[in-house]
Amino acid sequence: MSFTRTWAITRKELLHIVRDRRSLVMALGVPFLLLLLFCYALSLDVDRIQTCVYDQDRSPESRELIERLAASRYFDIVQNAANLREVDRAIVSGSAMLAVVIPPRFAARLLARHPEPVQLILDGADSNTASIAQVYALNVVSAFAAERFHVSPSVDPQLRVWYNSSLVSRNFIVPGLVAVILMIIAALLTSLTVAREWESGTMEQLLSTPLRPAEIVFGKLAAFFVLGVADAIIAIAAAVWIFDVPFRGSLLFLGAATCIFLFGAFSWGIFISSIAGSQLLAYQMGLLSTFLPAFLLSGFIYAVENMPLPIRMLSYIFPAKYFVTILKASFLKGVGLEVLWPSVVFLSIYAAAVSTLAVRKLRTEVA
Amino acid sequence: MNSWERIRTIIGKELRQVLREPRLRVMIIVPPVVQLLVFGFAVNLDVDHARIAWSDADRTPESRALRDAFVSSGYFEINSSAGSEDAVRDYLDGGGGIAVVRILPGFARDLLRGSPAAVQILVDGSNSNNANLVSGYANRIAASFRQRPAPALAAPRVWFNPELKSRYYFVPGVLMNIITLITLMLTAMAIVREKEIGTMEQLMVTPIRPFELILGKTLPFVAIGLFDLFLVTAAARLVFGIPFRGSPLLLLGASLLFLMTTLGMGLFISTVSRTQQQALMSSFFFFMPAFMLSGFAFPVRNMPALAQWISYANPQRYFIEVLRGVFLKGSDASVLWMQLAAMAALGVAILGASTMRFQKTLD
Repeated sequence: MSFTRTWAITRKELLHIVRDRRSLVMALGVPFLLLLLFCYALSLDVDRIQTCVYDQDRSPESRELIERLAASRYFDIVQNAANLREVDRAIVSGSAMLAVVIPPRFAARLLARHPEPVQLILDGADSNTASIAQVYALNVVSAFAAERFHVSPSVDPQLRVWYNSSLVSRNFIVPGLVAVILMIIAALLTSLTVAREWESGTMEQLLSTPLRPAEIVFGKLAAFFVLGVADAIIAIAAAVWIFDVPFRGSLLFLGAATCIFLFGAFSWGIFISSIAGSQLLAYQMGLLSTFLPAFLLSGFIYAVENMPLPIRMLSYIFPAKYFVTILKASFLKGVGLEVLWPSVVFLSIYAAAVSTLAVRKLRTEVA
Repeated sequence: MNSWERIRTIIGKELRQVLREPRLRVMIIVPPVVQLLVFGFAVNLDVDHARIAWSDADRTPESRALRDAFVSSGYFEINSSAGSEDAVRDYLDGGGGIAVVRILPGFARDLLRGSPAAVQILVDGSNSNNANLVSGYANRIAASFRQRPAPALAAPRVWFNPELKSRYYFVPGVLMNIITLITLMLTAMAIVREKEIGTMEQLMVTPIRPFELILGKTLPFVAIGLFDLFLVTAAARLVFGIPFRGSPLLLLGASLLFLMTTLGMGLFISTVSRTQQQALMSSFFFFMPAFMLSGFAFPVRNMPALAQWISYANPQRYFIEVLRGVFLKGSDASVLWMQLAAMAALGVAILGASTMRFQKTLD
């Protein structure tokens, strides 16, 4: 492999990237776009649950229960229903997530110590919010009941949350976002690079030069690598300084791991690009094999431990899972190589294997 | 050759182009099904059998009874007995599980004496959603342990999805995602491809009019989009047993309204892009925020007011509400008329504006 020839390809690719001003701006804008979305707009934190109340008792006791709900920061009482049809309407139309229906004679039966239960109706269409809302609502009602019946708990659970003590979903989502951003670049830019040459017929021209397949692959890889590193730096810096996500690990370690990951991810992009033939197909394959697993099967938002076994096995073959583990641990837990070495080893093997595969594939296309 | 014949010729050409390539044929069927399967099986915000470590420094029948209460709840699975402070740290650092329950010496003594016996619950907060659920469950089990049961005062009832399966929540989002991807990106890329390889000029010297070209270029993707809609709906019913409680006709009508907006955006992007690369990047920049802000996974009501206002202009937001309504709630047009009207208005506006722009760029 000659350095001069590889560098020539890298320069050509860099020129393509720089000349297509809009794609370049967008490629560098991806981190900002996603960070903005996840930091300002999107949240899995459940509070201010829209609640509809139907109080059929109108006693001091029922009002106290409602006031307790209203006082909690988790509930926001948006409607006082006058009949069951209104309750029904509120849940079906989605204007309320939770409906609290207090039965008639609630107070009287409470005083007789034979309470008739309060109905909590939840909109299960949003299963996640519904399960958290259910936990919160049950806690409020059982605290009310415990006081009424003078029951004091015999066990006092003392809860401590490590790593993300305020349980902000942003701190948990943003570190993994770096992997998603790099995978988007792999799917949107890298996967088109060889397919475009095939489609426009310039591949034949490249191959008639003394260039070897390995030089084409690594030359292209180097150019996208520059873009990937820039994106990674933008994403990590913005996460830490603009969006205040804690970073407790070692930057040097994370930098090295990022480079290994980039090498593997972009090699995969080039590999897909050489088997696809057309840009449309390359993009579709790229999306399916890089972006989707990075988003869904990496533990970025959805915990891999909760998935069924076959899907868990599947998640092990995608590098994003290992990189997300490294990112989250570096940001939130502050651990380094001593804990994370298995992930680093996998990423290295993956990078070596896929880049070899990409070169092989191009070589057979040429032959 | 009249107008309709010319349109038919273009449609025939587009369909042949997509369908003659075996790999592209596969692409119409495989990605939607793969997406559905992955979303349906993998995407899961529920917690059951959460792995925890149990560290018991008391070792009494009482502490073992608490352990049994945790295990038999079905929410927890004990996979380690981290004893020392360091072992606890290693366990959580290494991601061995999500929480550690520590019972301190004197637990049984306090319990029998009637003073509250302390139990420490250390939770890994790095996944805030799971941590929320896990601490809620642990709290409830610990607090109700050995307690004179108070009469039940609440009867929760979950409508539409009694088992609270995440799957029910996510599958409508997958449907929308697939339809958008197919219609928006394929339309934009298919038109720009003609520009990139120079066949657009050849098309322009034929008697075809811009309006006919637009119809000929978009109708095949409408057909493919509707085919995928049918495919994914059927697969969701058969594989995952997702309920379909509303009217199929309403779903079809709403999908057609929604398709007007995605095809319109696809056309618009094709007018501002010279290469497929640009078309791809531009549609991604439009599609990604629209998808994220649609409420498919992150509820719109959690968003700040500004984002909620913006989402009123997002056709995806309305479509996802319609999909959830039709699939899970069995809503009819009397509940969903606002969403349908909004999609119709947005569709006419977007498709109209981009058609005008498209005609101008051709002249």
